[in-house]
Amino acid sequence: MSLVSEGAELAVRVRASSAPYEPSIASVGDYVALMKPRVMSLVVFTALVGLMIAPAHVHPVIGFTALLCIAVGAGAAGVLNMWYDADIDAVMTRTSSRPIPQGRIAPGEALGFGVTLAAFSICVLGLLVSWLAAALLAFTIFFYVVIYTMWLKRWTPLNIVIGGAAGAFPPVIGWAAATGSIGVEPCLLFLIVFFWTPPHFWSLSLVRAGDYARARVPMLPVVAGAEETRRQILLYSAVLAPIGAAPWVLGYAGMVYGMTALLGGAAMIAFAWRVRSERHAERADRAALQLFGYSILYLFVLFAVLLIEDGLGGLLGRGMGA
Amino acid sequence: MADEPEQTGIVLTEEQKRSRRARSIAIALALGALVILFYVVTLVKGPAVLNRPL
Repeated sequence: MSLVSEGAELAVRVRASSAPYEPSIASVGDYVALMKPRVMSLVVFTALVGLMIAPAHVHPVIGFTALLCIAVGAGAAGVLNMWYDADIDAVMTRTSSRPIPQGRIAPGEALGFGVTLAAFSICVLGLLVSWLAAALLAFTIFFYVVIYTMWLKRWTPLNIVIGGAAGAFPPVIGWAAATGSIGVEPCLLFLIVFFWTPPHFWSLSLVRAGDYARARVPMLPVVAGAEETRRQILLYSAVLAPIGAAPWVLGYAGMVYGMTALLGGAAMIAFAWRVRSERHAERADRAALQLFGYSILYLFVLFAVLLIEDGLGGLLGRGMGA
Repeated sequence: MADEPEQTGIVLTEEQKRSRRARSIAIALALGALVILFYVVTLVKGPAVLNRPL
């Protein structure tokens, strides 16, 4: 039997075994946890950068509304992901304490919560800010829930590569909320997050390969092995580094951003090289976790510098770079 | 005759009552915040609140 059909069968069993008529004991915190607040914070931050660097004046209230809708939309995607992946979450150490596998929230409640949040966030963003941004948010939620969660994740080791597009959309949505259009700059930010996602997640999945194998998720280390995963991490990091510097090379960012991107990208490759060359089990895991941690810092610093530089009107670098 | 009427149907435990109350308060706060948000945005945008370009 294939991984896909076994996974689907497991999903049906988990959903059927829940008790839908038991009165809920779910706390507000459980519902917040369903929304994946840590993922939401990264989404909000990248969307904020897209919104702020856009060449348009946005009233703070409208900007806040856009970010709120993007955050809630991302939360809705997280809720629907946890609803569908409850079977996988139940057998993975990292996720087994989530509200649905723990029985604190019934799958049906999570589904209703997720659909409601998605509908509200899309409608409010469209009505109060921009229908283009709302359409992009709707597509992002659809892509994450249907394309990534329901299809790619259980089907192909490229799940993270293609599915990474969902996480790359927020800066484009932020830009669209500000301008009502899509430009080259947000597309560059999209590419940075898109190529950042595989090395980021594969470094974690190297350490959690046993978990993914038990849950029958065809992550790259499970299907192709750790060696091939390390090679792919290095390749994607090598592609990411120049893409990270592209906003500076193409004149959309200043010198400080350019130097940060070059140094940060070089460090990313160095961390990936260590993951590639380290063979001792314990040290290899440590190297992978270091790359995982560094990749978060890399993306945060890159976007933060872009934001600060733009906030200072390019004084830090554009004048020197021109 | 018993002093208290016999309860039928689903009887909530104290924990279930507490969590339901907390969820109800959270929903009320969220709806209130949404009302305030719509009000403030209407003030900010004025008549342009109906102008929503694609």
